[in-house]
Amino acid sequence: MVDEVVLLDLWASMFGMRVRIALAEKGVKYEYMEDDWRNKSDLLLKMNPLHKKVPVLIHNGKPVCESLIIVQYIDEVWKDKSPLLPSDPYQRAQARFWADFVDNKVYGVSRRVWATKGEEQEAAKQEFFEIFKILEGELGDKPYFGGETFGFVDIALVTFYSWFYVYETFGKFSIEAECPTIIAWAKRCMQKESVAKTLPDQKKVLESLLSS
Amino acid sequence: MALKLKGVLYKYFEEDLGNKSPSLLKYNPIHKKIPVLVHNGKPILESLVILEYIDETWQGYPLLPKDPRERAMARFWAKFIDEMCLKSIWKASWSDEKERVKAVRETSELLQFLDKELEQKRFFGGETIGFLDIVANIIGFWLGALEEASGVELWTRQKFPNLSNWANEFVSSSIIKESLPPRDKLAAHLRNRYGSAEVSK
Repeated sequence: MVDEVVLLDLWASMFGMRVRIALAEKGVKYEYMEDDWRNKSDLLLKMNPLHKKVPVLIHNGKPVCESLIIVQYIDEVWKDKSPLLPSDPYQRAQARFWADFVDNKVYGVSRRVWATKGEEQEAAKQEFFEIFKILEGELGDKPYFGGETFGFVDIALVTFYSWFYVYETFGKFSIEAECPTIIAWAKRCMQKESVAKTLPDQKKVLESLLSS
Repeated sequence: MALKLKGVLYKYFEEDLGNKSPSLLKYNPIHKKIPVLVHNGKPILESLVILEYIDETWQGYPLLPKDPRERAMARFWAKFIDEMCLKSIWKASWSDEKERVKAVRETSELLQFLDKELEQKRFFGGETIGFLDIVANIIGFWLGALEEASGVELWTRQKFPNLSNWANEFVSSSIIKESLPPRDKLAAHLRNRYGSAEVSK
């Protein structure tokens, strides 16, 4: 049976990008459908009635929602190529923990860096660097969060790199100055075709935000 | 609950959250929270992550389904319960009068989704208790204790028949019963910790 894979997404969504990277790593052919965040499609409302959010992966007509859950699903279905999670249960638990950490901490604080002003923004900036310093600590000397190979946690975090120019512009700071290891890691990830082809240009993301 | 279902022998250490032990701070320096599973000296954190770890490490009773799509659904609902339901239930139980009405209504809407998910199923896991049933303990067991502690009614049998039936079966199953504290003890503990002097119905 030929697999029918559709991805409902928004081009600048760092969550959607995770799914696109995973699909690219596995070499899965799929149809990309750009949704409109101002006017959500009937398809989205039908496939994700609870959250009404992208990304949604529709595999043979059935939806899978929540980006990290989708990435694990992709890893389990297309398991013959490029494993995204480690095979050892303890390493897998570590990967899940750190991916959750990214989900719970990075998005919220990043949003506050560009969407708020004054004292609230200053507090957000401080928290932003605290969180990234923790992540730098976890990365250590390893080339990737997954160790020698690019994996689940790398996918969870690297998509935020496309928004770094937004954070730096609004926050008036340099991420490289505070967290050089993170930038070096992000550039290393960008050498991978799946990441380079997925992440939009940072300036394009800023332009789109400013014009919306 | 998961460890008991797998038949794993373990040592239990009670933590005092008002006075966290050096062990807790050593094993979970980032969040400083329980639960922490320490297996052969290595810590695993976050209850959902721990549940998957237990399932992958000890064979025998399967906690998660085998099919990738069903696993994705189980994880989706687990996240929903942990992130949305828990927050809403907590707010509905302990907010002041003004916020409470809105929070109770929100909780009701969220519980509807879960009630629907249980249609024609004995447990969230199907015929047997699984990962999602354990995660839904917050509803199956805690909700009753919270209602007792806060005096706020959050659900009725009529409104959520599937959830009510499930909760009864889940809580009375022998292995689950062994893992849970007595309900009135939990209610008293919650009342002491979170309740205010004037809780009105």
